[in-house]
Amino acid sequence: MKIDKNTINKIARLSRIKLDDKESEDYIKDLNSILDWVEQLNEVNTENVEPLSNISSSILPKREDVSNDTNSSEEILENAPDKLEGFFAVPKVVE
Amino acid sequence: MNNLVKGEKHDWEMVIGLEIHAQVKSNSKLFSSSSTKFGSLPNSQVSLVDAAMPGMLPVINKYCVEQAVKTGVGLNAKINNYSVFDRKNYFYADLPQGYQISQYKYPIVGEGKVTIDFKDGTSKDIRIVRLHLEQDAGKSLHDQNPSKTYVDLNRSGVALMEIVSEPDIRTPDEAGMYISKIRSILMYLDTCDGNMQEGSLRADVNISVRKPGEEYGTRCEIKNLNSIKFIKQAINYEAKRQIEILESGGSIEQNTMLFNTSTGKTRPMRNKEEAHDYRYFPDPDLLPLEISEEEIGKIKSSIPELPDELKNRFIETYKLSNYDASVLTAEKQTSDYFNETINSDSELKNHAKIVVNWITSELFSLLNKNNLDLNNSPVSPENLGQLIKLISTNEISGKIAKDVLEDMFSSGKTARQIVDEKGLQQVTDQDEIAKVIDEVIAENPKMVEQYLAGKDKLLGFFVGQAMKLTKGKANPKILNDILKSKLK
Repeated sequence: MKIDKNTINKIARLSRIKLDDKESEDYIKDLNSILDWVEQLNEVNTENVEPLSNISSSILPKREDVSNDTNSSEEILENAPDKLEGFFAVPKVVE
Repeated sequence: MNNLVKGEKHDWEMVIGLEIHAQVKSNSKLFSSSSTKFGSLPNSQVSLVDAAMPGMLPVINKYCVEQAVKTGVGLNAKINNYSVFDRKNYFYADLPQGYQISQYKYPIVGEGKVTIDFKDGTSKDIRIVRLHLEQDAGKSLHDQNPSKTYVDLNRSGVALMEIVSEPDIRTPDEAGMYISKIRSILMYLDTCDGNMQEGSLRADVNISVRKPGEEYGTRCEIKNLNSIKFIKQAINYEAKRQIEILESGGSIEQNTMLFNTSTGKTRPMRNKEEAHDYRYFPDPDLLPLEISEEEIGKIKSSIPELPDELKNRFIETYKLSNYDASVLTAEKQTSDYFNETINSDSELKNHAKIVVNWITSELFSLLNKNNLDLNNSPVSPENLGQLIKLISTNEISGKIAKDVLEDMFSSGKTARQIVDEKGLQQVTDQDEIAKVIDEVIAENPKMVEQYLAGKDKLLGFFVGQAMKLTKGKANPKILNDILKSKLK
């Protein structure tokens, strides 16, 4: 697999990162060399091997259904650049 | 049954599938200990996990998992011993993580089915593809300020069950019945509160049209509908839109649509270029979810009687029709109320049909008029039972019983009290009724002449007059019989 200009633009848009031409070129080179390196794994025969979703052999820890009653509003909004009446205020998003 | 839609040129068939999002009834969120309470102050129930602060790790809520399994069992579905949480990546202001934790390839619940019942006594199975657990997003308010969107993260991280159906639905009515049935099952199981107004239950509708017998057409998805009425409206509009395009030689573009509840129209939500690329991958913060057969068995044994079982029991025990029984069992509060009413007096078991009618027509219409439901009905099951007993023993007529019920509803008195106080006991004494009829006949000689000359319709007039004199208390059957015999 090769990363080209279109792919890098698509990834940048999905990540909401703005890249200029110089940066795009750099990332294409970097990502391609990473992919080449990872692609060595293709040399291993993985037929009949189930994909592994986690390397840990422990069991998913679970919580009891107990809720805390603390009012988080002040703490949660502390770093918000803009807020109103307990809401985060962000630039208008309309779908 | 003809389920086809008439187009300009020929008939079309709708093909509909639903994705239902049901909020899990739990105290705390799926991966954090914040409360799930509805209607609290904005951002007051947001933990550092829900706000996606760096370094925070999700820990799954055991009870939410059990609720999903319980629901799976209620949907006659296969429970998967092994499931995996994935990240569904997208960018939006009310999704602080930048991804939703969901299940993609390995959902917790697999294939199942639910049955919907039609008025004519027939029924139909709708197949379920899967049920998976995922996080809800926060809420955005777009209409408060021209340049700002306000975000409340209280809902962020609340557990959702997404229930996906096969495209087995063919009409808007079937879609409505299907979501009602799912809602009813969830409420009997107590795994979701079913409150569509508060958004605890909402649906995305996939719809395409085809000529009968042909392959499926291209579908469109209508997002986020939160009432059965809107679901039906949106389907009708969208099907018409697709048929018009196809009949004028065009083709359907696969698209995500929004439904405008005030205009009743659908419109595309985003164009293809911006189509979402979710880049699902297993969430490295969460191990696979494993559930043993033993745990599943334990949950199964805790499941209460579900609407279909209850319906069959009502049909068996009380000889009710399939339709009556399904109306009674559609909502848990209705079947509970029926059970309490019919068990309040041993006599009532023989009058089950009358009990059904008084609950589903008379009481329901009074409750509707007063914006109440059975949970806060001023008339208790015992009191309704008493009223119905007075009817079944002929102590009062059905007509008078309606007035008594209204009185019970507003005054809170029992049926017995009202009947005794107002002296509403039905007159069944033949002599007494005959006396009244003689009076009516004597007062209306001309009418009697006309009646005897063949104007049969006048019988109603005489009945009315006699009823008036007895203040509606005469037993209608006895009154009719005597009247007919006297006017020969």
